[in-house]
Amino acid sequence: MSELDTLVEQAGSAISVAEELAALESLRVEYLGKKGHLTALLKGLGKLSAEERPAAGAKINSAKQHVASLISARKETLVTRELDARLAGEKIDVSLPGRGRGVGGLHPVTRTIERIEDIFAQSGYDVVEGPEIEDDYHNFEALNFPPHHPARAMHDTFFVTDDTVLRTHTSPVQVRVMESTTPPIRVICPGRVYRTDFDITHTPMFHQVEGLLIDTDISMADLKGVIENFLRVYFENEALAVRFRPSYFPFTEPSAEADIRCVMCAGEGCRVCSNTGWLEVLGCGMVHPNVLRSSNIDPEQYSGFAFGMGVERLAMLRYGVDDLRIFFENDLNFLEQFR
Amino acid sequence: MKISLNWLREWVNPDVSVEELAEQLTMAGLEIDGVQDLGTHLGGVVVGHIVSAEPHPDADKLQVCGVDFGGKHAQIVCGAPNARVGLKAPLATIGAELPPKDGGKPFKIKKAKLRGVESQGMLCAQDELGLGEDHDGLWELPDNAVVGQPLAEFLGLPDTVLEVDLTPNRSDCLSVSGVAREVGVINRLPVSEPEIAAVAATTNKSFPVRITASADCPRYLGRVISNVDLSVPTPSWMAERLHRAGMRSIDPAVDVTNYVMLELGQPMHAFDLDALSGQITVRLAEAGESLTLLDGSEISLDERCLLITDDNKPLALAGIMGGMGSGVKSGTRHLMLEAAHFTPEKIAGRARHYGLHTESSHRFERGVDPELPRKAMERATQLLMDIVGGEAGPVTEAFEADKLRAPAEIPLRRGQIKRLLGFELPDHQVEDILCRLGIALQARDDGWLATAPSARFDLQLEADLLEELARIYGYNALPTSHLKHAGALAPSAEGKIALSSLRRQLCALEYQEAVTYSFIDPELHQQFYGSDPVVPLRNPISSEMSWMRTSLLPGLVDALAYNINRQHSRVRLFETGQCFIQSDDQLNQVQKLGAVVCGSRLAERWSHEKTAVDFYDLKGDVESLFGLGAREDLLTFAASEHKAMHPGQCASIEFNNVIIGHVGALHPRLSASLELPESVLLFEIGLEPLLEGRLPSYQKISKFPEVRRDLAMLIDQSLSVSQIASVVRETAGPNLTDLIVFDVYAGKGIPEGQKSLGLGLTLQDHSRTLSIEDISSCLSRIVAKLEKEFGASLRN
Repeated sequence: MSELDTLVEQAGSAISVAEELAALESLRVEYLGKKGHLTALLKGLGKLSAEERPAAGAKINSAKQHVASLISARKETLVTRELDARLAGEKIDVSLPGRGRGVGGLHPVTRTIERIEDIFAQSGYDVVEGPEIEDDYHNFEALNFPPHHPARAMHDTFFVTDDTVLRTHTSPVQVRVMESTTPPIRVICPGRVYRTDFDITHTPMFHQVEGLLIDTDISMADLKGVIENFLRVYFENEALAVRFRPSYFPFTEPSAEADIRCVMCAGEGCRVCSNTGWLEVLGCGMVHPNVLRSSNIDPEQYSGFAFGMGVERLAMLRYGVDDLRIFFENDLNFLEQFR
Repeated sequence: MKISLNWLREWVNPDVSVEELAEQLTMAGLEIDGVQDLGTHLGGVVVGHIVSAEPHPDADKLQVCGVDFGGKHAQIVCGAPNARVGLKAPLATIGAELPPKDGGKPFKIKKAKLRGVESQGMLCAQDELGLGEDHDGLWELPDNAVVGQPLAEFLGLPDTVLEVDLTPNRSDCLSVSGVAREVGVINRLPVSEPEIAAVAATTNKSFPVRITASADCPRYLGRVISNVDLSVPTPSWMAERLHRAGMRSIDPAVDVTNYVMLELGQPMHAFDLDALSGQITVRLAEAGESLTLLDGSEISLDERCLLITDDNKPLALAGIMGGMGSGVKSGTRHLMLEAAHFTPEKIAGRARHYGLHTESSHRFERGVDPELPRKAMERATQLLMDIVGGEAGPVTEAFEADKLRAPAEIPLRRGQIKRLLGFELPDHQVEDILCRLGIALQARDDGWLATAPSARFDLQLEADLLEELARIYGYNALPTSHLKHAGALAPSAEGKIALSSLRRQLCALEYQEAVTYSFIDPELHQQFYGSDPVVPLRNPISSEMSWMRTSLLPGLVDALAYNINRQHSRVRLFETGQCFIQSDDQLNQVQKLGAVVCGSRLAERWSHEKTAVDFYDLKGDVESLFGLGAREDLLTFAASEHKAMHPGQCASIEFNNVIIGHVGALHPRLSASLELPESVLLFEIGLEPLLEGRLPSYQKISKFPEVRRDLAMLIDQSLSVSQIASVVRETAGPNLTDLIVFDVYAGKGIPEGQKSLGLGLTLQDHSRTLSIEDISSCLSRIVAKLEKEFGASLRN
């Protein structure tokens, strides 16, 4: 074995066992430095003949490169090992909860109203609100409830004065819209309403959403289409069965109640639907000509429909809540379920 | 209204099941609210007759009765206090199965020993048979009950009671005859009325009647029936029908009038003829008159009341309730029946005014067929004389034809059917439906002229006829169409903040939305707002809910307390909604946003100290809400006072220099009285300014570097940071692009009565790089100004 080969071999085994960067640096100096072993061999080339010199020089240079690459590879290994060791010490418990704050939530009534608004907004219905202390004219008279009419007894009314009441429904907002707008009209009117009823299925305050559409050539077929469409979208059930029953509201004629197949028992009959398989969810009808006329809209030129729904009822059906009064207790254990 | 199906089927008997019939009626607008089967468990139950009753040898409260039933005899041990010799009562014999209670199993009657004495069956109360609520003792059957007859046969059972929930427009259906008409229309069947023949007068005894208020009572019929015997019991078939309709049997005269009302829909009244003097006058009351009603209550009358009177006194509140003293009683020998037409307009509201609601007022205020009184009078006469005998006089009628509402004549245009119902209904179908409903039609070029039947008060306009067409054709058979939205796009204000965004911002700040009642407990209101004016309700549901809220805060604090009492220590609530502010004669209904918090600043975690929320947390939340619309620039706070807030920790919130709300700590006085933790923070803001955002407007971005310099100033403890900041801004001029307070410190190293304020200034110019000289001259100007204005000094 030549001296060169021996040197390379020695260097290789020394490099491979170097455990620290400093030791590696000493080896580099020992072999490749100005006074290093391989550098010394290069210096000894002068003793060779001119013919031998190039080949021997190339050999030494190649050995130098080889050793340099061994050092650099070893260096890489040592650096990586050192980093790995440092990072291993920096390990954290990622299962600890994040530092950020929590999130609050909307009341289920608001959540439901916003959903209804969003659904109708797609068809261009604007949201309009009105006063909760309302005059007799807007709450009753303009809606075709004559004074003392028995239909008024269907609304157990809170009185503020002789002729101001807490609105018993959101329908007065329809009147206010019709008074101030020329058709076409498409509005949704959500809000609080009040009736003097307080028992297991009634609270003296609850929420309704009223809808009103007035245009030329609006028919009951259009009303049925909108209601059916809305209920199916609201309950996310394209196949939801919807039926219409004749009913009575002084401000619509014809009037209807819309029922859906019970969402609890799918029509089998249960406590929620009183074993009928149907749930009454919404009242509606074609706007009564007297109501149009009292707001200066010509019933010969325009027609339209109105509908109204109880927000808590829709929320109860959608979320499976079985107690109405819990909506206004504001118990966080209840509210936080609707985030 | 409850109606017996057996009775209904006597009038019209379609070949459909109870369920199908209920469905038919519901879908025709006569909603069936309940279906109750009666007498399904009466096998082995017979009419028993107690022939002996001895005390039980070993039990004080029991008797041993000998009971006969159809030639047989049983020994029954019975605990009912009214068990006595001679009584006829239902007897459940051995093997009978009584109706289950609460969905359990039927109760089987077996031979049994009670305290050593054998009992061979059971004598029953009404409720034990599922035939009524009465549990006061044995059901006392009338004397005419046939001993041994199966009870079901005696009572006309089984039967089904339909509960019809009628809308106020369908007064024509408040009777068996009315519902039968509707069933007939739906099933295309004729309705067979019982034969009602005029009862010929056998005496000429009559009592004169006259009407002075003919607009309110265009028709009044009276008839005297003499020599009746009211001690005769009402026949059980009639008593049963009344019972199934939810009415009690009183005496034959009252029962007959009620029966006719249930059957035909005409409310009637029976007077004791001997209690009347002179003549009957139907007139309006005069102020100051009074009347004692049948129920014993005395009411004072006024000109709005319609009365039935004789020459001396008011006898009855017309169409609502009879008076005490003039009605039939047990010893009545001669009576006068009344059948009249009172207009709905006159009766409406009167009963309610007096807190009354009677079967009669219920019908009259909705409208009773004005053509019905004579038929009802004949029917009542016939039924009554069949029971109590007597002699009928002639019918006396006062009638002003021109005061009677004429039947409505309503044009129906063919084109309107298509326009409003959305489809074309062939003429023959239109005519078929309307004729079946008893509507008379006259053909016209563009359609028909319809005349409504006298019983249908709800048919007045073309729209009403359209509803009838749709109803009988079937709402669900009508077409359904989908509207296209071809309208113009609605205006959209980009500078406005949607309420829904604001709510979500609050949710992101960890607030939970609450919805509290708009009513408030006056006591709570006063604790918060003293004697500030409020809107009270005339008829509150309770005293705790008798005023309308002027602010969201009391309700929110109440909700906070509710949760704290349920082991929540950290509560953050908000609400938006109307508040009702009364000032002088003006009522303002204002939308507000309120919030209340208590507990730790952040939810308890490993990562931070548990620090309680304070004023600056809430202030920060308010700032964040205005940040949503980039309107922090118009927002200022100033030390202020609020009745419900801590006097030293309360600020007014000003937007564009107008006070729009307050933020602060709940007054410790309130925390104490409401048993809340000491630190409850709250704010309330008028909603409107919060919804004012702005349209972004681009400003050129400076190409030159910005420079940050900090100043630490010593200032008087009493000075507010906002005073210092505004002077700094003013002095620095437009090159000051940002100013922050990075430190506030008082205590060790700072002279008594002073505090150190760390201000961070960011300076930048739009046209050049600021030189060192520019910056230092700006800073020294600021320091000099602060020294001069506030006696401030640079901290070393």
